[in-house]
Amino acid sequence: MDNFEPAIIAFVCNWCTYTAADLAGTSRLAYPRNIRLIRVMCTGMVDPQYVIKAFLEGADGVLISGCHPGDCHYINGNYKARRRVKLLKEILPRFGIDSRRLRLTWIGASDGIQFAGIMNDLVARTRELGPMLPDLQMVI
Amino acid sequence: MTQAIHIDNEDWLSGIRSFLATVMDKTGIDAMLVPTRLAVKNRIMPMLVSDPARLAQADPLSPAFPVNGAKQLARLTRLPAGGKLAAVLRPCEIRAFNELVKLNQGKRDDVVIVGIDCPGALSNTDFRAFADRHETIDAATQAFCATAFSGGPVDEAAAFTSACRACNHPTPDGADIAVELFGTDPTHGLTARARTEMGEAVLAGLDLPPAEAVLPQRKTALTETLDRRRQYRKQMFASVAGATDTIRGLSAYLADCVNCYNCRAACPVCYCTTCVFTTDTFRHEPFQYLQWARRKGGVKMPTDTLFFHLTRMAHMSTACVGCGQCTNACPNDIPLSDLFSLVGHHTQEAFGYVAGLDLSQRPPMCGFEKEEYGEVVGI
Repeated sequence: MDNFEPAIIAFVCNWCTYTAADLAGTSRLAYPRNIRLIRVMCTGMVDPQYVIKAFLEGADGVLISGCHPGDCHYINGNYKARRRVKLLKEILPRFGIDSRRLRLTWIGASDGIQFAGIMNDLVARTRELGPMLPDLQMVI
Repeated sequence: MTQAIHIDNEDWLSGIRSFLATVMDKTGIDAMLVPTRLAVKNRIMPMLVSDPARLAQADPLSPAFPVNGAKQLARLTRLPAGGKLAAVLRPCEIRAFNELVKLNQGKRDDVVIVGIDCPGALSNTDFRAFADRHETIDAATQAFCATAFSGGPVDEAAAFTSACRACNHPTPDGADIAVELFGTDPTHGLTARARTEMGEAVLAGLDLPPAEAVLPQRKTALTETLDRRRQYRKQMFASVAGATDTIRGLSAYLADCVNCYNCRAACPVCYCTTCVFTTDTFRHEPFQYLQWARRKGGVKMPTDTLFFHLTRMAHMSTACVGCGQCTNACPNDIPLSDLFSLVGHHTQEAFGYVAGLDLSQRPPMCGFEKEEYGEVVGI
């Protein structure tokens, strides 16, 4: 358990959080390699099935991150994402997937430093939760 | 305005048939969707009847529930049908139809919905056995009606489906006209009560005698029925929640699933014309399967079983009306409806929503507020 490295899938929106990640990179800020970024055009396009698939494939944590409320490039995609996260947090814990494994954050395009900080924090917290499915073989 | 009328016939079945024929005749209904006996066999299916004479074979009181009629009514109302329609539905079919209307899959404007008190239905397998024990389908229905509405503990004896035993909405509250049967005696005729302005207009034109006030026996029978069902529902929820509280438990619950997707096909609120699970997205490359097998040491095929059911929960549980057709459609007897109604109960509660009851309440996934659910945001 000591050397457990969580795998975290992060769905980040093109306009804000991905740009922040880019800024963090160009600013030479390091963030843990546990995060696998998947760029999407908007958090509003993250269908709950993407999150479910990530968990069933063995992700220890899933992050959805987009623009701050009111800043969505597509006006309201992040509000829709928030409802879907609320829905998933109602469904997944019933089947033993800890609600804290799924996170939603708003990270703006200019928040490069915050991005690196939040990723560090996220990895640390997910590490505390331990592996999601120690025995992947049981998933059918 | 006529609020309610009394239909006096020797038995409910002929009473309801003559009532439907009168509605069709006096209201200028061009076609009526109603559960009807098939000409070729003692079986019952929804039929779109345009000839009033065919209503002599209509049987909306039978415990047969082969499909959820909401889906069929949506087919008839999604665009103007070029005629006036009526539909005779169970309460859960009305609720499912209301969900479809909210999702723009059908319209209520051009259809008169006649709802009938529902004591519960049998699974397709049980119904076939039940029907075959009787000479005629009418005899089977009469035998069923003799005890089903009395409010006594008939649920066990008649082997109602689990979904019906757990149903807490047995009256057709969303109908234009509600036919009341709970607590009444089959020899005392039946009462049809208007629930909407459209329903009032229809009843006013029928020239039938007004009904008495709601019978006290009805209230007693309904209270008893609801108490019994709440109790069953609570126990059923507890047992399913206990069995599925881990991914391993859920996998075991769904272990007999063969990915036939019949549950989805039978689901009245699964309305996508092309479901993602039947697209090429899930026609994985052969190397992908090999990769999964290598990673896990072995992969069950067909794959993505759990993924399918969890995704379906995310996609439709807020619209689940608990009709039980998913269980009915499962070839391997998985009690899907117990699982989905449990999840639906919780997701609907989370959004302060009840599927199918209030047409003005927007489905949770069809809107948002600027300030809400702050607790789900943040690390």
